[in-house]
Amino acid sequence: MILLDGVWKRFGAFEALKGVSLQVAAGERVVVCGPSGSGKSTLIRCINRLETHDEGRIVVDGVELTDDRRAIAAIRSEIGMVFQQFNLFPHMTVLQNLVLAPMRVRKLSRAEAEAVAMQYLERVRIPEQAGKYPGQLSGGQQQRVAIARSLCMKPKILLFDEPTSALDPEMIKEVLDVMVELAGLGMTMVCVTHEMGFARTVADTMVFMDHGEVVEAAPPDRFFSAPASERTRKFLGQILSH
Amino acid sequence: MRLFLALVRRLPPGPAAVLLVLPLAACGGGYSWGWYVVSPETAPGRRNLSFLLSGLGYTIALSVIAMVASVAVGLLLGLLALQRSRPLRMVNRVYVEVFRAIPMLVMILWVYYGLPVVLGISLNAFLAGIIALALCDSAFEAEIFRAGIQSIDRGQHEAADTLGLSYLDKMRFIILPQAIRRVLPPLGNQFVYMLKMSSLVSVIGLTELTRRANELVVTEYRPLEIYSFLVLEYLVLIILVSWGVRTLERRLARSEHR
Repeated sequence: MILLDGVWKRFGAFEALKGVSLQVAAGERVVVCGPSGSGKSTLIRCINRLETHDEGRIVVDGVELTDDRRAIAAIRSEIGMVFQQFNLFPHMTVLQNLVLAPMRVRKLSRAEAEAVAMQYLERVRIPEQAGKYPGQLSGGQQQRVAIARSLCMKPKILLFDEPTSALDPEMIKEVLDVMVELAGLGMTMVCVTHEMGFARTVADTMVFMDHGEVVEAAPPDRFFSAPASERTRKFLGQILSH
Repeated sequence: MRLFLALVRRLPPGPAAVLLVLPLAACGGGYSWGWYVVSPETAPGRRNLSFLLSGLGYTIALSVIAMVASVAVGLLLGLLALQRSRPLRMVNRVYVEVFRAIPMLVMILWVYYGLPVVLGISLNAFLAGIIALALCDSAFEAEIFRAGIQSIDRGQHEAADTLGLSYLDKMRFIILPQAIRRVLPPLGNQFVYMLKMSSLVSVIGLTELTRRANELVVTEYRPLEIYSFLVLEYLVLIILVSWGVRTLERRLARSEHR
């Protein structure tokens, strides 16, 4: 479903990705972790071309990512993305946030789009907030709206870029619960997160990145109990100790 | 006097300012005022008043049409500044630098006397005025829109992009609605500026407010009273505009709830 082959990304002199290769099968749930600055956000942002890679190949759903704008727009509509900062549209109500892309991109009628939107708002458990503006919701609710907004496009792949990092601690669980539920539906997911409990529950594959490289990729039981690399062991020791 | 001041204090700042200016005009040293020229109580006064006010239509039409044209052109130019293509950005740069540098009066004269020669067409004063005002002002609008669009968080672009929205849809539904809210105060400023600059079009003979006042001064020899009345006319117009802009701002703010 997703293939990265020797991907390099540079920001000026800084090398964010140094020849990263990774394969994600359809329905696979991958959790990417690593210290800050390790390139995990850049990696995930390259998958829907929010960042353009400098070298290597990225193929998503059979389409190689190039400068072809129309191909990029088409592939993006198949990839949902949830951001750390939610990025809801503040001038629109929750419902308007949800129906815009299905109506404009998928050409659904308003009635169809609203029906789909309400269905996903129920799934993230906030149908009663449909008429509110994002600024009137808590962080956890906003993030659940953002997840619902991605789902309304019925994407084949969902990308999560540290979805709980900007949340107050008491709201993290409500978002993770929704994500665990999604994982159970068999959607392809790539998730950058520090929530190791969540990772252990849902991940098929754990990926550890450091200094722009994939240091280790393994199933979670082996990853957590017997990491192959010294760097992974050190990182896990640091984040699991508290 | 005390009653007068109490009244002024209770009024909103706009009309209060008008009331304060009026008595100021009464302390003109030994000058014997001739307010009769614009007195609504006499027949000649009324005739003069309606003559002066007959310029109102042109002033308003000129400012509004020039403003609409200038906002439209300015928005397009502002968008050009944000394109990846270098030639498109250059178009914006050159346009802004050139038209921002030309004084409004010079532009009016050039469009009225020069453009017809260049294009081989004839322009009346009204059309020439609109073109000149809009050309000069659009350079400023372009910068306002560019700043407004650039002030929108990158996350908004990314969210729209990841949903697969086209560039036009992203601008139309996501970026511009938010940017326009932010630039409403400077846009209001430009509209006020436009109203004032429309007085310059009097030099090419358009019978707007200033031209009418000039014409009346020539026949009545009462410049102080007539120009004071002219000041009042602009003051009232501009207070109305700023009230309108503020109402619009408030209404748009209400629909955001940040």
